[in-house]
Amino acid sequence: MLFKGAMALAWKDLYTEWKTKQTISTMLIFAGLVVIVFSFAFDPMNTTVKAIIPGLIWVIIVFAGLLGLNRSFTSEGKNDTIHALIVAPLDPSSIYLGKFISNLVMILIVEIISIPFLFILFDFKFHANLLYFILTIFIGTFGFVSAGTFLAALSSNSRSSEMLLPIILFPISTPILIGAVQATKIQLISPDKFASAISWMQLITAYDLIIFVACFILYEYVQEV
Amino acid sequence: MKKYQDIELDYAKGVQPVSTIHKLLTYTTAILFIVLVYMAFIYSPVEKTMGPVQKIFYAHVPSAWIAGVAFLGVFILSIAFLITRKRIYDLYAGISAEIGVVFTTIVLTTGPIWGRSSWNSWWSWEPRLTTTLILWFIYLAYVMIRHMDSPWDKRARLAAVFGIIGFLDVPIVFFAIRWWNTKMHPIVFGEGKDQSGGGLEPEMLATLFVGLGAFTLLYIVLLQKGVMIEKAKIAVQAYKEKLQDKLVR
Repeated sequence: MLFKGAMALAWKDLYTEWKTKQTISTMLIFAGLVVIVFSFAFDPMNTTVKAIIPGLIWVIIVFAGLLGLNRSFTSEGKNDTIHALIVAPLDPSSIYLGKFISNLVMILIVEIISIPFLFILFDFKFHANLLYFILTIFIGTFGFVSAGTFLAALSSNSRSSEMLLPIILFPISTPILIGAVQATKIQLISPDKFASAISWMQLITAYDLIIFVACFILYEYVQEV
Repeated sequence: MKKYQDIELDYAKGVQPVSTIHKLLTYTTAILFIVLVYMAFIYSPVEKTMGPVQKIFYAHVPSAWIAGVAFLGVFILSIAFLITRKRIYDLYAGISAEIGVVFTTIVLTTGPIWGRSSWNSWWSWEPRLTTTLILWFIYLAYVMIRHMDSPWDKRARLAAVFGIIGFLDVPIVFFAIRWWNTKMHPIVFGEGKDQSGGGLEPEMLATLFVGLGAFTLLYIVLLQKGVMIEKAKIAVQAYKEKLQDKLVR
């Protein structure tokens, strides 16, 4: 029941997104622009710039993700469909889960397109273990989206939600940013220290579990009328 | 859904008199602070390597302690609010967060002053410093949520939820930063053999404890004062609305 409702909601979100392609195209264009801005700020021809690639990956994910997260609940306000969701015979947690899944899918699509784009533009030679790299990106995104979806729901209650969300989301997601950037950096730049990348990934996983469970439980308090 | 319970205001009584306990606490705090100033500047010895700058320790550590207490208070009061839905808990949580932000600001300003002379740099991206900075941002965010334009019950509920999430986040932030960077703070209350973590002169330790006591009392006084002011604000607002109602009719 919980998953059925969540999947229905996620499907609804992704289907409307498929029809309009509004949010995802904005996120992709924004991600591309961030890459271009960075290529002006840090000369891509300089070999030392390779060291900041892991940071760039996460800056793109965070900023592009923020655009999508901002939309995910405010879009429900236009026709007051958020109230329809509240009165629907759904567990509040499955609303969270549904929104979480749709946000996760959208950000993952943006990552799949923009990270190779970044590697190409910065002429970065990828030598890391692809499977672990994808896993790192995935668990980092998982944590960011689980905190982000929750806080987007929280800030959507405010009239200035677009301004409130980054302010409340960035401090909460600092462990993700630190851990994910470190794990990515070790894998891409110094693969010989792979063991410490694993321990960073464990930290991210711990964060994911704690924050996801806490958000999952507390969500019903955010969504009360 | 649970019913919200607003605070009870007795308009007939007018402004509520300040309780004797509050007055007593205020005077005790004032005296304790004078004692603290005496102990910090005259009684306790000057530190050998750092010199008089080390005196900032007696304000820095208690402020950090109060910041911690205040944020733990926000966490507990937030849970209490979500369970009971009594507005009084929300008022206390809000004031506690504001006090916490003020004392974290004190920590973040006294820290660099001290650090400049003992580490020779204003700031270092060291676990405790960075965690304190992130903590400061988390509770600024909390205060911003409290200033949202919504009815009080909604605002209180959302703030309580954020207060819980924010507090759960702090230990993870600390561990993440600790792994990211090594430590620079000495462990004052000796860890390991022969108190190699640092250790303090007995006079210094006594001063520190007076400082902790004084700041803890200050926290309680400020908490009570803040809640009194909040209650007065609510009463004035209610009175205004009543008056407007009357004038319209």
